Amino acid sequence: MPVPQMNEDRPTIAGDFEKPETGGVIAGTSLWRAAWRRLLKNRLAVFGMIVVAIITVASLFGPFVIKKLTGITPDFIPSDVTLLRSIPPLTAPDGSFSWTHPMGTDNQGRDVLARVLQGGQISLMVGIIATLVSLLIGVSYGATAGYLGGRIDNLMMRAVDVLYSLPYIIIVIVLLAVFKSQTARGQVVLLFIALGSVSWLTMARIVRGQVLSLKNQEFVLAARATGVSTPRIIFRHIVPNTLGPVIVYATLTIPTVMLTEAFLSFLGFGVQPPLASWGSLATDGIQNIGIFPWQLVFPGVTMALTLFSLNFLGDGLRDALDPQGSRR
Amino acid sequence: MLRFIIRRLVITIPTILVVITITWGLIRLAPGNFYSGEKAIPAAIEKNIREKYGLDKPWYEQYGRTIWNIVRHFDFGTSLKYEGQSVNSIIARSLPVSATVGILAYLLALVVGIIAGSIAALKPNSKRDHASMALAMLGISIPNFVLGPILVLIFSLTLYWLPPSRWNGFPSRNVILPVITLSGLYMAYIARLTRAGMIEVLRSDYIRTARAKGLSETQVVIRHALRGGLMPVVSYTGPALAFLVTGTVVVERIFLLPGLGNYFIQASLNRDEPLILGIVAFIAITLLLMNLLVDIAYAYLDPRIRY
Repeated sequence: MPVPQMNEDRPTIAGDFEKPETGGVIAGTSLWRAAWRRLLKNRLAVFGMIVVAIITVASLFGPFVIKKLTGITPDFIPSDVTLLRSIPPLTAPDGSFSWTHPMGTDNQGRDVLARVLQGGQISLMVGIIATLVSLLIGVSYGATAGYLGGRIDNLMMRAVDVLYSLPYIIIVIVLLAVFKSQTARGQVVLLFIALGSVSWLTMARIVRGQVLSLKNQEFVLAARATGVSTPRIIFRHIVPNTLGPVIVYATLTIPTVMLTEAFLSFLGFGVQPPLASWGSLATDGIQNIGIFPWQLVFPGVTMALTLFSLNFLGDGLRDALDPQGSRR
Repeated sequence: MLRFIIRRLVITIPTILVVITITWGLIRLAPGNFYSGEKAIPAAIEKNIREKYGLDKPWYEQYGRTIWNIVRHFDFGTSLKYEGQSVNSIIARSLPVSATVGILAYLLALVVGIIAGSIAALKPNSKRDHASMALAMLGISIPNFVLGPILVLIFSLTLYWLPPSRWNGFPSRNVILPVITLSGLYMAYIARLTRAGMIEVLRSDYIRTARAKGLSETQVVIRHALRGGLMPVVSYTGPALAFLVTGTVVVERIFLLPGLGNYFIQASLNRDEPLILGIVAFIAITLLLMNLLVDIAYAYLDPRIRY
């Protein structure tokens, strides 16, 4: 879809306005505002947005709040054996009602809620940073290929085709296995790089397609005529106009990346203790499934809920930003 | 068409070599060795080990020999961990397990996904549609390593209906849970794709013609709409196969199946270079050939496509 503009042959956008603002002067903002309104009409997308917001805020501040209220940190293990096992929901170790461990305790006696919230920090961070890495690579690559065109474009996109057909996840596993970092933080950084560097391919294709349709428009011609350098045209003039599809695709990349991180953590190549993500928490839960099933269920369900909401939000954004797009 | 197939096959071979080279490079660039995890060894013994595995030669010679053996004899050598077993024999033994689970899961996903997607598409925006699409989204969002153990918890540990793990040959009850676990994701994707494809096709002119001729709705859907509406599903088969590979890795770990994926993970952890290379190459070849088949099927199903 080319540059956002308001005109008569796009009634879906214009129709959302009770009183169209004067002229087409602020067409740029109008598109975003119209998209926002369409998004708010999509109940599933709003639901997704609220859930994602709640989970993000809870993950960021939850562990502190729990520590303030109960004095329990995510890695606190009670030294008294009788306090080791709390069964959810809301029971104390002796079976009476209690708010201390809403999700019970894990096989070590740690509070599951605190661990799930702390795990959320890592899971969300991996999802967002790896997506940013893929955004950076994909947008630069796709925009360059699309703008330069011709033989260079052909070559660059052929390379993408070849990379597409590779069983990249298999290569990522080899990478993470042989380069396994000694520290937990090092392994997380390795995850960012590994996940980011394999998930940019579709982004590159999308951006290239956008750029192809943008690069012959007047504003690019004007920029070129006034002597703007090629990198500056690409990144200051063209890339900002591809933002809509990029945002949509980035929103949909986050859950994919989070899922891949969880998958790698499950196999033992992802997040390492003492750090924990939803994936590694669920994996610990699988080990103890017979006795502590909730240790799998809570991180698993939290993660599924987050991915579910992000997917709905992404779908909603796509419908909102690209009302004419028939692809679903 | 023939030219297209030949051209694709010509690209396939260098691609496989690229995959092997990247994998080989990664293993070699990483610090350490397949024997460095063991306790410290005297220099003399290390020298012998290096000699035995050709590690004393310059890297380009080692690389050249590896590639030559693969290209010339399709021989990946013997496993470093499972001594005395050739990589080819390990693959031949474990492939049937993975293939059985993978194929059954994909078939199950196709049947359920297409039915659910068509039902949703026949009445868009109805309650039925929303329910099945929300269910599909749920299927996409639940990681299979969470789904699998939960199924085990319900059907094995609580109800005692099905065995929780292990491989017991093909027609056995051991297959059921792995297949369901693996198919969940594809079922959901296929349902979504079918719905999208069918909604688009059901609006088209030839469907109106079919209806105008007085065909029953069942006939319209089954004889006319499905063929066009399933095109997105056909083109999804390529990516699905790639995901199927990762999926089987997880499922084989959960249910302790002696498949290709399980061997691959073990090999990666052991830095069993020949076995890693062999399995990676095998997976790459399978994926590329399958993708080619999908493209051919696509052209066959949609006469408008010409290569």
